[in-house]
Amino acid sequence: MDRTTRTMPIAKALNESLRKALDDDPKVLVMGEDVGKLGGVFRITDGLQKDFGESRVIDTPLAESGIIGTAIGLALRGYRPVTEIQFDGFVFPAYDQIVTQLAKMHARALGKIKLPVVIRIPYGGGIGAVEHHSESPEALFAHVAGLKIVSPSNANDAYWMLQQAIQCDDPVIFFEPKRRYWDKGEVDVAAVPGDLHKAVVARPGTDLTLAAYGPMVKVCLEAAAVAAEEGRSLEVVDLRSLSPIDFDTVQASVERTGRLVVVHEAPVFYGAGGEIAARITERSFYHLEAPVLRVGGFHAPYPPARLEEEYLPGLDRVLDAVDRALAF
Amino acid sequence: MSVKSTAVGGSPAKSRAASRGRSKNRSGDGPEFVQLLTPEGERVEHSEYAVDLTPQELRGLYRDMVLTRRFDGEAVTLQRQGELGLWASLLGQEAAQIGSGRATRHDDYVFPTYREHGVAWTRDVDPLNLLGMFRGVNNGGWDPNENNFHLYTIVIGSQTLHATGYAMGVAKDGADSAVLAYFGDGASSQGDVAEAFTFAAVYNAPVVFFCQNNQWAISEPTERQSRVPIYQRAAGYGFPGVRVDGNDVLAVLAVTRAALDHARSGQGPMLVEAFTYRMGAHTTTDDPTRYRSDEEREEWAGKDPIARLKAYLDREGLADEAFYAEVGAESDALAKRVREGVRGMPDPEPMAIFEHAYADGHALVDEERARFAEYQASFEDTTAGTGR
Ligand SMILES: Cc1ncc(C[n+]2csc(CCOP(=O)(O)OP(=O)(O)O)c2C)c(N)n1
Ligand SMILES: [Mg+2]
Repeated sequence: MDRTTRTMPIAKALNESLRKALDDDPKVLVMGEDVGKLGGVFRITDGLQKDFGESRVIDTPLAESGIIGTAIGLALRGYRPVTEIQFDGFVFPAYDQIVTQLAKMHARALGKIKLPVVIRIPYGGGIGAVEHHSESPEALFAHVAGLKIVSPSNANDAYWMLQQAIQCDDPVIFFEPKRRYWDKGEVDVAAVPGDLHKAVVARPGTDLTLAAYGPMVKVCLEAAAVAAEEGRSLEVVDLRSLSPIDFDTVQASVERTGRLVVVHEAPVFYGAGGEIAARITERSFYHLEAPVLRVGGFHAPYPPARLEEEYLPGLDRVLDAVDRALAF
Repeated sequence: MSVKSTAVGGSPAKSRAASRGRSKNRSGDGPEFVQLLTPEGERVEHSEYAVDLTPQELRGLYRDMVLTRRFDGEAVTLQRQGELGLWASLLGQEAAQIGSGRATRHDDYVFPTYREHGVAWTRDVDPLNLLGMFRGVNNGGWDPNENNFHLYTIVIGSQTLHATGYAMGVAKDGADSAVLAYFGDGASSQGDVAEAFTFAAVYNAPVVFFCQNNQWAISEPTERQSRVPIYQRAAGYGFPGVRVDGNDVLAVLAVTRAALDHARSGQGPMLVEAFTYRMGAHTTTDDPTRYRSDEEREEWAGKDPIARLKAYLDREGLADEAFYAEVGAESDALAKRVREGVRGMPDPEPMAIFEHAYADGHALVDEERARFAEYQASFEDTTAGTGR
């Protein structure tokens, strides 16, 4: 292992990434509830206020519309705010600012102004939390033109995708897979990263493609490992970006395997899986040996913690869909 | 009791001082600070707010606070033992909650945050009901209309608007009940809370906004939310605001009663700021040593609401050893009931995921429920068949 590569959990990779961004560009600001002394409830901003001061790492009042609305103003003044929403379920007071203002302002100004605002949101379930702390609202944002949506699944992507999101001149919603915060991986701080919005084949295979992002990539990799023992070769595509979506990579994979199952924690109804299924069906109809299947959440409120294991797509649910797709 | 408009704000000189420095906002005293019982347990009078309680009522308040604290402590322990996923302790805020809760009438309606375990107690909500959400077996779990005590609300500030709307309904019905909306110092920054104040003011809604300023919103001190004492916000909306010693159960009772009467009698909303302190962590996942000093906590320990009332009871000879022994035994019994109740709380059935998603049903939910049931059943078959 060379000197530029270190093993660290996703949480630490995000922390180092923020640190580097603050170091590199004096216009970068970190703002949110409890991001200062506490270092955020997940400690993603740990130590940053101590090192960069209160004017760059800003504890905001408890008001999400205020956080995003003022981040817009700061961006108009030339800053690059990296905001933190404490949990997925608490972004909605800011939904108006994000959807009606942040997403559209660049277009309204005929491109004369840029809104390089990053909104970091820990999302998804699996941590045994009370309600509003386990949701996957990405589709509600992906539906809005003007926003870019990404979600890393591993430490190296966490580090680099956050750098790239901060450098992006468009608003980026950066969904962090909170239940994977403590998963370790190698981070190469010197490797030149690929395109922020490019999907990657996380595991090659020949019989079926599993497409996922964020927390579900791990589940799909595990499913592929189990399937391999049963003699089935599953390819896993880590989408990384939800807006835009790298359909080319998914298409190329599907045209090799002939089958596609999309997996996400978010509800299936009106979710990313539906969009991917439709596009891939249009693009690769004659390559498909089975309809595109989706595994995801139900059309019901996120359940209490003691039911989330049943609710969340796990190995069994993914393999069940794989069985069904292969049975066609 | 009528509330004079002088309760609204301080003199201009004082406001300037408040906006310049932190000291006033944090000290909590000043002429607007209503106190009827000093930290040493001495009874003092206030020009506008008074209570006249029987010895039995005084002992009742003491009992309420002791049992609430015991219940809360038991919940913290149960969380440590893995029986609860999380707990938000009310330690230190017993007087603010018992005093205000006991000020309500049966037909009043209460909208809590997630920390109002003491208020729930005064509304006769079974303490076990409060634990379901924190254990992770439900997302609320009680019938709000049974005790006129709404579900806990986790999204900060939302419930202040619900309370205002409920109060607007009360007024439309011509009823003379009132609504009590709890929120925190941190919540005071939320747009929803500002909108609740606006609606309540323009519709003259019979709602009392009860802010427990416990000095902290997780790691952020109240100065991060407001440059003026929170009760002074009311003035800008055109209704009275008052700050009360939140660790003085008598003062909280007196002020909340007056505020509810004010609302009931058609005079519109009022804001009460109970100046108190969160003695514990924000929740069981929080580590307050990262952001606040032990000295601050120690200072507030000297203002303990229960010790204060006990000092008064003892000083006046209003309670004897037998009474304390009885309360002690009662709290042991409560703790035992809570422990056993929680441990015996069953996990919900998986199919409960689909229950109550809609009142009138929904075709997709029905379809997903049926498919999930089939899927579950196939799994059981496999288990039986292969011994997997
Ligand atoms: C809209 C929203 N944003 C953030 C949170 C996360 N959060 C939970 S409690 C809390 C602090 C609340 O402080 P305060 O209103 O003072 O109430 P306290 O916890 O002190 O009783 C925060 C930020 C939330 N629950 N809802
Ligand atoms: Mg508080």
